[in-house]
Amino acid sequence: MQYTAINARSEIQRPVSNTFILMSVLVALFLNGLPWEGFWLMLRPDFVAVVLLYWCMHKPWRLGIGLSWAVGILADVADASLFGQHALAYSVLAFGGVVLNHRLQMFDLRQQTTHVFGIMVVTYSVYAMVHWLLNGNVVWLYFLGSLTSTLLWPPLCILFQAMRQKPVERE
Amino acid sequence: MESTQSFRFFNRGPSPMVRLVFFAVLSMLLLFVDARYRYLESTRSALSILVSPIQRVAAWPGLLWQQLGDFYITQSKQHDLITANEELNKQHQYDAAQLLQLQTLQAENQQLRKLVDLPLRAEYSTQMVEVSYAERDVFRRRLLVNKGENANIMLGQVVMDDAGIVGQITRVYPWLSEVTLITEKDHAVPIQVLRNGLRAIVFGSGDTSQLSLRYMPVGADVQTDDILVTSGIDGTYPPGIPVAKVIKVERDPAYPFASITCLPVAGVDNHRHLLVLSGIPGMPERPAQQSAAGNDDKRAKTKRKN
Repeated sequence: MQYTAINARSEIQRPVSNTFILMSVLVALFLNGLPWEGFWLMLRPDFVAVVLLYWCMHKPWRLGIGLSWAVGILADVADASLFGQHALAYSVLAFGGVVLNHRLQMFDLRQQTTHVFGIMVVTYSVYAMVHWLLNGNVVWLYFLGSLTSTLLWPPLCILFQAMRQKPVERE
Repeated sequence: MESTQSFRFFNRGPSPMVRLVFFAVLSMLLLFVDARYRYLESTRSALSILVSPIQRVAAWPGLLWQQLGDFYITQSKQHDLITANEELNKQHQYDAAQLLQLQTLQAENQQLRKLVDLPLRAEYSTQMVEVSYAERDVFRRRLLVNKGENANIMLGQVVMDDAGIVGQITRVYPWLSEVTLITEKDHAVPIQVLRNGLRAIVFGSGDTSQLSLRYMPVGADVQTDDILVTSGIDGTYPPGIPVAKVIKVERDPAYPFASITCLPVAGVDNHRHLLVLSGIPGMPERPAQQSAAGNDDKRAKTKRKN
């Protein structure tokens, strides 16, 4: 039931403009850049990762691994973290999105979310691994972010679906 | 519809797996180069021009919040402000008297130094900077401040607040620069104990806002409440600026070194405005390596590491 519902909706969706994709990524970078501090910083969902994953799953031929990598490099510069840390994490994330693209489209939102959680854990383990290689200790607190990022997935999905649908309804 | 689109995707280029491997290897290469050699600083500053507009916009909500708070305070707490102003005025007068004394002492000191032919103590100028944001990684203690190459900020300059040393400039972008706080893991500051002039190096501990004096023998003359000031012998930090206060000394004869914990004197995590010191003269060149200088050597090595 759920499957047909989603499929029916996605068919009346109008094609996504490049501007929309670009804007969503920029807004995600902005949200990541808000002055989060201390404990909130640990709880902060990675908005960029969630948005990239959304586009990799829904439009893999528009925003794929290469562009995700490029966004990752920008995120590295913005965070003043090591070059390649976010880039590596986002490439892995994009790969997860692209490969699971077909399967995920068939799932309802709840099943999607469980898959997204898996992908997020893998993505965050990249950060933890880089931290481990550099500092020699594994920081489990990093994984809090993967949980909050996953929680962000359903609202973001619904929001994006609604935003993509709107112009069609008006016509 | 769906299948034709994905068909196009898969026909367009290499498969996702190939792409993933390519970009993963590329990222790991970058990681390695950046962590080991720091060759990519120019690329970083070039890319930061792209990102900095977003960062500036992202700083607005915080600024707005602050201004709102300021507005609220000026509206509702005028009385407090008046008393605070009075107190500050008193403090200022007191300080001014002390400053006059300091100036005469400085003049005297300069003259005496001239007499005994020692190099004069340098005057340094300061630049006010504003903290743009703290670094995103919770486990690193770094700040980004709003002046960079455009304001002649240079690598290695010392950052302080009104009370003491806060950190050091470790990266300079066109409009931003990165400050590594003294509490960052393994960041070293050469210090002297104010009470007895004992030289040592204080290290950041990284996970807390504490510092530790490492490699001090169990019998070293350090007590709680000792003030540690910069020794100035490294040529990076000017001498005599407060760094930390000893809060705990543990002497366990089972270990060769005492474990000494200190708290920074400056509000390392507190302020929005900081001072960057400039115009600290470089040291005379190091003499050629000698085997007798083993101890100094070690110290220089730990210094260079940060």
